[in-house]
Amino acid sequence: MTNDFFIYTGRFIFLVLLQVVLLNHINFLGYINPYFYILFILILPVSLPSWQVIILGFLLGLSIDLFGDSGGMHAAACLVIAYFRPKLLRASYGISYDYQTVKFHDTSMKERVVFVISMTLIHHLVLFSLVFFNFSHLTLILKNTLYSSIFTIFLIMITASLFQRVKR
Amino acid sequence: MSNIIDFFIRYKNTLLFLILFLFSLILTVQAHSYQKSKFISSANFVTGGIYNISNNIEKYFGLRETNQRLIDENKDLRQRLLNFYIKTDDFVFPDTTGFAADYSVYNANVISNQYINLDNYILIDRGAKDNIGEDQGVITSKGIVGVIEKTTKNYARVISILNSQLAINAQLKNSDHFGTLTWKGGDPNEVKFYDVPSLAEVNKGDTIITNGRSFIFPKGIPIGTVKDYKLDAGEDFYIIDVKLFNDMTNIGNVYIIENNDKPEIEKLNHDE
Repeated sequence: MTNDFFIYTGRFIFLVLLQVVLLNHINFLGYINPYFYILFILILPVSLPSWQVIILGFLLGLSIDLFGDSGGMHAAACLVIAYFRPKLLRASYGISYDYQTVKFHDTSMKERVVFVISMTLIHHLVLFSLVFFNFSHLTLILKNTLYSSIFTIFLIMITASLFQRVKR
Repeated sequence: MSNIIDFFIRYKNTLLFLILFLFSLILTVQAHSYQKSKFISSANFVTGGIYNISNNIEKYFGLRETNQRLIDENKDLRQRLLNFYIKTDDFVFPDTTGFAADYSVYNANVISNQYINLDNYILIDRGAKDNIGEDQGVITSKGIVGVIEKTTKNYARVISILNSQLAINAQLKNSDHFGTLTWKGGDPNEVKFYDVPSLAEVNKGDTIITNGRSFIFPKGIPIGTVKDYKLDAGEDFYIIDVKLFNDMTNIGNVYIIENNDKPEIEKLNHDE
């Protein structure tokens, strides 16, 4: 358990630093950035109680907000995906989720893609709605959501396949 | 009573979510208003320190460009100095109205610069201990950058001109018609210039400068050139697209201007 604690803390700090020092400054084509740090919420163990996932998601988002001077925008977006995570897990993985046997790295490609895409899209939609905070910018919100999501999903899927455990 | 406890236990996740979500929404609303965005800020010890470290590494990759910028600025200053000597030979009194107020200038490094949001901020590595305070103007050798919004001991947060909350007093260089400069999102090198009366003569390529009414910037700091212009619906005022002199996506060193007479002016206005 203590071992797990250090792994999660290390992962948390690493992903926050990676996001604020490097990924927030990519600005591909002028404005497209990946928000790769949500990987932390995606790969939390399924057996972790929901309230812990919500609190961890909130802290993760708030850390990014602190660096980006963005108030509580990332915190709110992370809270939404942390809250809906169990429902999306059930929708993506079906029956195996109910037996709590799902491990992010061991699942099939198709199920994982569905899960990652739905989580990323929800997070980015909430995030950009709060960033622009005005429905007169609706096209801007949707455009940013779409392009950034493609970037984020691409990065997460590559990372997932790189760190996939070899099947024995 | 037990019903209430049952209710809380059953919906504890939802309640927790709603409370934290409301809290983050409040923070978000605060971040979107100019006056109150002071609760969660990157101008603190931890985030400032981390940005400082990453900026120290990053700086080495831009040395060539920084040198070039300094050479250009030196060349410009030297040219003005020479012209100034020539003028004093003719014993022409320089027009001092532009620098009637006594200004102090400090320099600083930008350690974090945003330009893709609607409300952008810049973090610099000078703070209260270097005499940096709220409402001081921030410029580069090319033009204006923003206004200091908040300081801590070692860092200061600048509200960038690429922030929809900020409005800056500006005027045309070749006539004294003034207006308001704001940014509405989009291209980080283009801002909008409103409220110039339709009587004014505006041409493409005209220079826009600060007009010193707000006592934040002295008069005559360059801003940009007129890229395009049209009249508003009532045909009373122009809406002017201004191309900035600064490349807002690439800012290294900045100067901070302190108006030493500001407390006196504020006292005067307050007495009224």
